[in-house]
Order: sequence, then structure tokens, then C-alpha cells
Amino acid sequence: MVSLQSYIVLSMIVFTIGIFGFLTRRNIIIMLLSVELMLNGVNISLVAFSHYMQDMRGQIMVFFIIAVAAAEAAIGLALIIALFRNKPTVNIDEINIMKG
Amino acid sequence: MLPKLFFGYFAAAIVLLSILVITRRNAVHSVLWMLLLFFHIAALYLFLNAEFLTAVQLIIYAGAMLVLYLFVVMLLNLKKEEGVSRFVDFWPNALVIALALLFAIGISVRAIVIGPTGGYSVDVVKKAGHTDILGRVLYTEYLFPFEVVSVVLLVAIIGAIVLAKKKLKT
Repeated sequence: MVSLQSYIVLSMIVFTIGIFGFLTRRNIIIMLLSVELMLNGVNISLVAFSHYMQDMRGQIMVFFIIAVAAAEAAIGLALIIALFRNKPTVNIDEINIMKG
Repeated sequence: MLPKLFFGYFAAAIVLLSILVITRRNAVHSVLWMLLLFFHIAALYLFLNAEFLTAVQLIIYAGAMLVLYLFVVMLLNLKKEEGVSRFVDFWPNALVIALALLFAIGISVRAIVIGPTGGYSVDVVKKAGHTDILGRVLYTEYLFPFEVVSVVLLVAIIGAIVLAKKKLKT
């Protein structure tokens, strides 16, 4: 029997890797992928809690998180296309038009 | 022994694939490693008796969202992006922040105590079917949040079209 703690540690590690990727990469597509990574880390812990507490609510929450993540991906990619049309780069350090 | 072996493989693969996702120079490679990562996470859900979530993970995350990502990455011509440095200059600081967060949550993991369990034990779920039980809870107890999520998706669709379309000449 795998313990609940192992799942939580795994989900934490995935979440931390997502945070590290979001803070250090300047490619906007990989930053969005890091956000997805963080959401998936949280999903793992929610499903694990749901299984070990024999309660369905955690899985319902995962369901909603997946829906919101899909919405976030659609909006984020539309923003990337709109940005790319104005300035052909995905490096967010070069997108500083609104800097005073 | 066998469950531990399975979990060990999937945990190691998930950590390795996550690191591969955030370190690749080419965004297409990142998206493809992410696809493999989602398959492994779906297998982990199967391991936790959440069959319906496995299907949703495969269909929505791997099937729909990553294809959307791949579509956009290939739409944008990113040839000249490959010359720039991979990480920002202050990446050791970010590593320290991430490790501090890992440590802070890690020391609290040992304090987890399972509270009173709900009524959906493995036998109950197996008898009625996971999709059946999830649907019952979703359409009775969580009907209103479900409707709100549908509105969120509608707003996202409209917002994506408005953001991505070209400006009309007036």
C-alpha cells in the first residue's frame, strides 16, 4: 500500500518544478506550460486525498480545475497570438511597451 | 510490493518529465514531453481508482489542450528564439525560493492525519461504477458550480475569439 504522504510529496515536487520553470524561463509558451504543471501537481494531491478519505469531493474539484485550466489555456494562447501580431517575439523581456 | 514498484516508476517518470518540460530550449519538445507527462499522470489517477478522471485527463489535457498548444507553437515561427539563453540570470535565486517552498510544505506533510472518511469506499465505488457515482455527486450536490463552470468556458471561448481575431477596418 502506497501511503498518502508519498502522493503529497510527489505533487509538491511537481508544483515546485512548475514554480521554478515559471520564475526562470522567459519563453511565454513554456511559462504557460509551467502553470499547467502546477495545476497538475495540485490535481494529483486532490485525487490522492479523495481516494484516501473515501470522499468524492476532491475529484469534483479536479474536474472543475481541468475546466478552468482549459479556459486558461484558450485565453493564454489567444493572448500570445495577439502579442505576437504586435511584436514577433515570445521572449517576455522584450515585451516592454508599457514600461514607463 | 508491486503497488510500490508501480508508484515508484510513475513518480520517478513524472518528476523526470516535469524537469524535461521546463528545461527544453525548443517549445515543441517541451509540449511533447508534457504529453508524455500527462499520460503518466493519467496512469496515476487510474492507480487511485479514478477511472473517469483518467479519461478526462487523456481527452481534455492530452487530446485537446496540448494539441492547441502545439498548434500555436507551430503557427508562430520561433526559429530565431533558440539562440537566447535558456534561463534568466537570477535562476539560482528562483531555485532557492522553490526549494524553500518545497521544504516548508515538506515538513508539514508529516503532520497529515486522515480525518473521518466519507461513504465512498473502494467497494462502494466499484459496485456502482466510478462514472455513475461521480455523476450523481456532480449533478446533485455540485449542480450550481457545474453551471458556473459552463459560463466560465463560454466566456473563455468568446474571449479567445475576440483576442485572437484581426481588428476590423472601420
